Amino acid sequence: MSDLTRLTAADLAAALASGDTTSVEVTQAHLDRIAAVDGDVHAFLHVNPQVSLDAAKASDARRKAGTPAGALDGVPIAIKDVLVTTDMPSTSGSKILEGWMSPYDATPVTKIREAGLVPLGKTNMDEFAMGSSTEHSAYGPTRNPWDLDRIPGGSGGGSAAAVAAFEAPLALGSDTGGSIRQPAHITGTVGVKPTYGGVSRYGAIALASSLDQIGPVARTVLDTALLHDVIAGHDPHDSTSLKQEWPSMADAVRKANVTGLRIGVMTELDGDGFQPGVLARFHESLELLKAEGAEIVPVSLPSLAYAVAAYYLILPAEASSNLAKFDSVRFGLRVNPVGGGTVEQVMSATREAGFGDEVKRRIILGTYALSAGYYDAYYGSAQRVRTLVQRDFTAAFANVDVLASPTAPTTAWKLGEQLDDPLAMWRGDIATIPANLAGIPGISLPAGLADEDGLPVGIQFLAPAREDARLYNVGGALEALLASKWGGSILDKAPALTGGTR
Amino acid sequence: MAKAKLMDFDKALEMFEPVLGFEVHVELSTKTKMFSAAPNFFGGDPNTNITPTCLGLPGSLPVVNEQAIRYSISLGLALGCSIAPTSRFARKNYFYPDTPKNYQISQYDEPIAFEGEVEIELADGRSFTIPIERAHMEEDAGKLTHVGGSTGRIQGADYSLVDYNRAGVPLVEIVTKPIFGAAADAPELAKAYVATIRDIVVALGISDARMERGNLRCDANVSLRPHGQEKLGTRTETKNVNSLRSVERAVRYEIQRQAAILADGGTITQETRHWHEDTGTTSPGRPKSDADDYRYFPEPDLLPVVPAPELIEELRAALPEKPAERRRRLKADWGFSDLEFQDVVNSGLLVEITETVAAGAAPQSARKWWTGEVARLANIKNVEPAELVTAAQIAELQQLVDEGALNDRLARQVLEFVIAGEGSPRDIVATKGLAVVSDDGALIAAIDEALLAQPDVLEKIRDGKVQAAGAVIGAVMKAMGGTADAGRVRELVLERAKQV
Repeated sequence: MSDLTRLTAADLAAALASGDTTSVEVTQAHLDRIAAVDGDVHAFLHVNPQVSLDAAKASDARRKAGTPAGALDGVPIAIKDVLVTTDMPSTSGSKILEGWMSPYDATPVTKIREAGLVPLGKTNMDEFAMGSSTEHSAYGPTRNPWDLDRIPGGSGGGSAAAVAAFEAPLALGSDTGGSIRQPAHITGTVGVKPTYGGVSRYGAIALASSLDQIGPVARTVLDTALLHDVIAGHDPHDSTSLKQEWPSMADAVRKANVTGLRIGVMTELDGDGFQPGVLARFHESLELLKAEGAEIVPVSLPSLAYAVAAYYLILPAEASSNLAKFDSVRFGLRVNPVGGGTVEQVMSATREAGFGDEVKRRIILGTYALSAGYYDAYYGSAQRVRTLVQRDFTAAFANVDVLASPTAPTTAWKLGEQLDDPLAMWRGDIATIPANLAGIPGISLPAGLADEDGLPVGIQFLAPAREDARLYNVGGALEALLASKWGGSILDKAPALTGGTR
Repeated sequence: MAKAKLMDFDKALEMFEPVLGFEVHVELSTKTKMFSAAPNFFGGDPNTNITPTCLGLPGSLPVVNEQAIRYSISLGLALGCSIAPTSRFARKNYFYPDTPKNYQISQYDEPIAFEGEVEIELADGRSFTIPIERAHMEEDAGKLTHVGGSTGRIQGADYSLVDYNRAGVPLVEIVTKPIFGAAADAPELAKAYVATIRDIVVALGISDARMERGNLRCDANVSLRPHGQEKLGTRTETKNVNSLRSVERAVRYEIQRQAAILADGGTITQETRHWHEDTGTTSPGRPKSDADDYRYFPEPDLLPVVPAPELIEELRAALPEKPAERRRRLKADWGFSDLEFQDVVNSGLLVEITETVAAGAAPQSARKWWTGEVARLANIKNVEPAELVTAAQIAELQQLVDEGALNDRLARQVLEFVIAGEGSPRDIVATKGLAVVSDDGALIAAIDEALLAQPDVLEKIRDGKVQAAGAVIGAVMKAMGGTADAGRVRELVLERAKQV
């Protein structure tokens, strides 16, 4: 076979089903690719070839016996380190959890194992998913495969870069304010944030419980759909997971048809503050869809002006409470003050040493926002804005089937460029945050390269809650239109990674 | 610690009006914990009845126990409360190592039950209505054991051990409104209130309600204000009050302590205080103020609790009779006199006697045991009667008496062995050979010997002076080590006197 790492998950599944290749071959090819290029990219925090190959062998045995566990049985996958795993450490990118072995698997991990997918390793991320560049990982940044001097986006820069660098065909991510979609935009890959409650959060190390959602990362819309179908569904361990049967997302991609589809363009996310190349690719994509029979209508959601501010109160508030458990008493890092100390002093020393600056910044902010006397002004106001955002979306979706915007204002920036300006980095989440506040699903897929810097640009679609299939329909259709325009995948244009440059 | 100055109780009440308030925590006896599938069983090896959720491990999530919701609604209804159509869990944030997540999932501004009242009865039969502010659901914390140091408290300990078996056990906290007008009845009212809550939860079958095991815990708030003053005085909250007796004593103590301070022109510090059963005093815990900032916010991992109206009505229809009604019914069923029944109620032994009767004992026998010998021993040991024996053990003991296997004196002896933990009454009778000797052969031999040893007595008996038999009976009982049935010995002595 040709280079197995260049195949999509759907192609690999077909090759495995036909017996053209084996999971061991496929897995080994990806492990070799990781060994070759991950020294440069640093998408992975943990790889254990033996564990992966054992899973691959078990998959081959199932295929041989004619009892595959599912269409993707034997296809490798990378797992964001925010999801706990029993056979690999789970750190959420933090020193405070260095080496932590969970006694249980996160539900999405259980589901991919049950479907026969082969875990390759755990991917890098901003510490506790706080960040948009993966520079806030306690284990060093991930680099963008398009330009190793640039950020891969965040917080799920590891998963996106792994997929973009052909180290894995599939990856799991988590999206609290754009951590799946923004890295997809930055790296020329596809990422989906499902409807809140569509995928179990059990075993996802919580950042902000009311915003977090697990979702698929891949190089094609079909691949994300195939993975979405594996991980979706009610989980009795997660009270917020929805009790409903989901239609096949893969079917939605295969039957993609945008004739008569009403696409709303969010006027607040089209213009000022967005890089010209980002806007150019966005409008071209809309033109392609229009030519295919979709209707493009401008839609205003006035509350989006306050979404970032509200988000950066709600998220830190919930995070300050969610991260309180990291106190050294039951698990994780423990730092004893010189000369010993009380339990409070040990907790304090541990948290001082174990958390990075961005995490401390948000814990302090969140603690403040929840304090007596400030609660109404901060957390209370933010929740009211959240209600307004939800209402704006409900009103918008009364008139359109999906909404569209650029996924993020800019292409990948240089490593270190924004580290001293946290507010600038937070503002970069303007287009992705609203979906999390409203609990609705969103997809980002490649729209092309920006003229000014030649870097990938993504387009985002949003749909009403529980209507994730609409994203796969419009995403699948646009992807096909762009592929025929480009004569292939956008990643064909990415520079070849040779490995060993770092 | 300097001994606190106390004012005479009656004098304190002449000067001040006590205002009470109670927070009673009830551990629900559900099969699993409040938010996880771990067994709701406190005890066993430390840290064995736990799941990732009980430990707050990374990624773990809570899921509400449906049975706990039903129990809480039933309790709310029994307290005469309204049940909220929508109630919500909240996070109470504070760092403490017995709280695995460093926040407790509780209910804050939207409790499941609110605005109720409970009728209680004092020893002399007067009734009192206690206003209930709310009853809300929450999870229990783990248990800390402080090792090293002399006090067993965290201060001065070398290290502490924590057992999370209790972490996540479902609790309902019942909060009263301020209770006015108790005056000199305050201590007794406190005890009667907690006893009534206990009776309610036992009747509902939702808690084991054993205070000594912490199934039922009472924090007693006490404040004083000069008669005629509108503004409430500064309150203290006394914790660690683990028996009905202690509730009464702690309230009395706090009234006397606070009165002494106020009369000297001092001020009361708003704080939690720790009750010491052994010394009958309270000592300061941590300062507590209304400004304690727990940074409450709605628990995002849980959905609001929205009980179906049909469920509420179903649970309302299934409510057991109220304690006051129940008392009237039991008194009639058992045929106790007013005095006997009041005595039972005042001793707080209604539950024990009910259970003993249910286990097969006659009501009068059950009453005599609990208000008699068991109460006497409990008083000596300074514990609650229920801590010594179970209703089933008393019923079994009484059955042995009814069968004639034990006489009263032997039965009391067996009771002491039962209390010492040596087994069931029947086992103890068997292993200790304490049964009444009903083998006439052994008795006759002993009687004949005693009669022949006292020929003058034998003569008198033969002459019809029956009361002379006492000396022989005594000698026989002594020879038999007390295991003989005195009535039977008497019969046989009179019989043998004609034959030897």
